[in-house]
Amino acid sequence: MSSFLCNSSVGKKLVMSISGCALVLFILFHMAMNMTALFSPEAYNAICGFLGANWYALVGTAGLAALVVLHFAYALILTVNNYRARGSQRYAVTVQEKGVSWASKNMLVLGFIVLGGLGLHLFNFWAKMQLVELTGAHTNSLGLAPTDGAALIAYTFSQWYYVALYLVWFAALWFHLTHGVWSMFQTVGWANDTWYPRLKCISNLVATIIFLGFAAVAVFYFIRSLCPCCAGSC
Amino acid sequence: MNFNLKIWRQKDAKSKGAFETYRVENISADTSFLEMLDILNNNLIHEGKEPVAFDHDCREGICGMCSLHIDGRAHGPGDGATTCQIYMRKFKDGATITIEPWRSAAFPVIKDLVVNRSAYDEILQAGGFISVRTNSVPDANAIPIPKADADESMDAAACIGCGACAATCKNGSAMLFVAARVSSLAKLPQGRVEGARRAKAMVAKMDELGFGNCTNTGACQAECPKSISIAHIARLNREFLSAKFED
Repeated sequence: MSSFLCNSSVGKKLVMSISGCALVLFILFHMAMNMTALFSPEAYNAICGFLGANWYALVGTAGLAALVVLHFAYALILTVNNYRARGSQRYAVTVQEKGVSWASKNMLVLGFIVLGGLGLHLFNFWAKMQLVELTGAHTNSLGLAPTDGAALIAYTFSQWYYVALYLVWFAALWFHLTHGVWSMFQTVGWANDTWYPRLKCISNLVATIIFLGFAAVAVFYFIRSLCPCCAGSC
Repeated sequence: MNFNLKIWRQKDAKSKGAFETYRVENISADTSFLEMLDILNNNLIHEGKEPVAFDHDCREGICGMCSLHIDGRAHGPGDGATTCQIYMRKFKDGATITIEPWRSAAFPVIKDLVVNRSAYDEILQAGGFISVRTNSVPDANAIPIPKADADESMDAAACIGCGACAATCKNGSAMLFVAARVSSLAKLPQGRVEGARRAKAMVAKMDELGFGNCTNTGACQAECPKSISIAHIARLNREFLSAKFED
């Protein structure tokens, strides 16, 4: 039974579907966690303290890293197979087929952008939080306590180029999820003609909620850095 | 009507092909696309040139032989129609029409616009059948089948195996074809009993023949001349995965 997950086309897609589903659930959790920073920096820092270099947070981080590697490795394997299956001779003329989304044909490119954003995010936050705690240091390279996530958010999103880069990242994730979420259901076979419009609506909703949730924090802290009293902190 | 035709010419499977441009004149708007190619070939024969090779048979949209990629679309402009059901009134007078063979590693070009689609036959031979004794015809209502199931089965059975799905798919995936066969039999009691074996055998053969992996773009259903839904792919996934988990 185990081999079909490596050898069969449908089995490989199942791995993409399950790993993608787990990553979407994590992203929803992460978004909910971030949004506490909009209402209470203290509450956000309490979560940061809870998810420091504890064994459960480390196991979770390692699990997430494994999921990302699995999802991406399978994406590369599937894409190479697909490229070969398409053949060396390509059509001279192509058109966009009716009802086919742009995202569905560009999932790998979007995945690369998401991965690039993830790298930037690890550099901006993880390397200044959990990694600092792991090394036993008491302050990060910015001189902040590794559990002071709210100050780190305020520092990072006071710089316009980080806000712009993160918004590009969230937009790529939005496109990726508009196809990815309903596609998870199709791959495991939980879809039919009645449910396609519903699943695609759910996909767009999930993608939009995630985009707005993450973007709200970046934009809120950017506006607050420009005008400290605008965001109600005076 | 007059047209310029940019047609893929290739001497044989091993030769390198290229586009050649031809002009056809005084074509009636009610001429079918294949009849227009017949007129072109007639002209070429009179000029002592090699006619263009293309697949065709019934010319009424049910045999699955015609297989042209016209102006970027499998079976050309128009939805739910095969190449033979396309009429020249669909094109603008004076237009340049690009005609290519199916492009997919599993469908190698044999000559000009003709490709070898025996890969689909091999997939069918792997499991697209039911193992029953063929005695005399049974009574029509001996096995009651719910109307909804029969309708769904017939929708899938409308597949003519033309190859437009794999030819259109950016991944060269044959999932819609395999799904249509698996689904049409899985929805009927006679085919149900071998459902698990069939799904596994046909997917394994599809993978072995070098078809790609489905990424759910839905391009296949958009270009399928029989408008077969990707809901059948969802059923194939269910059939295959449940069969594998039962192993």
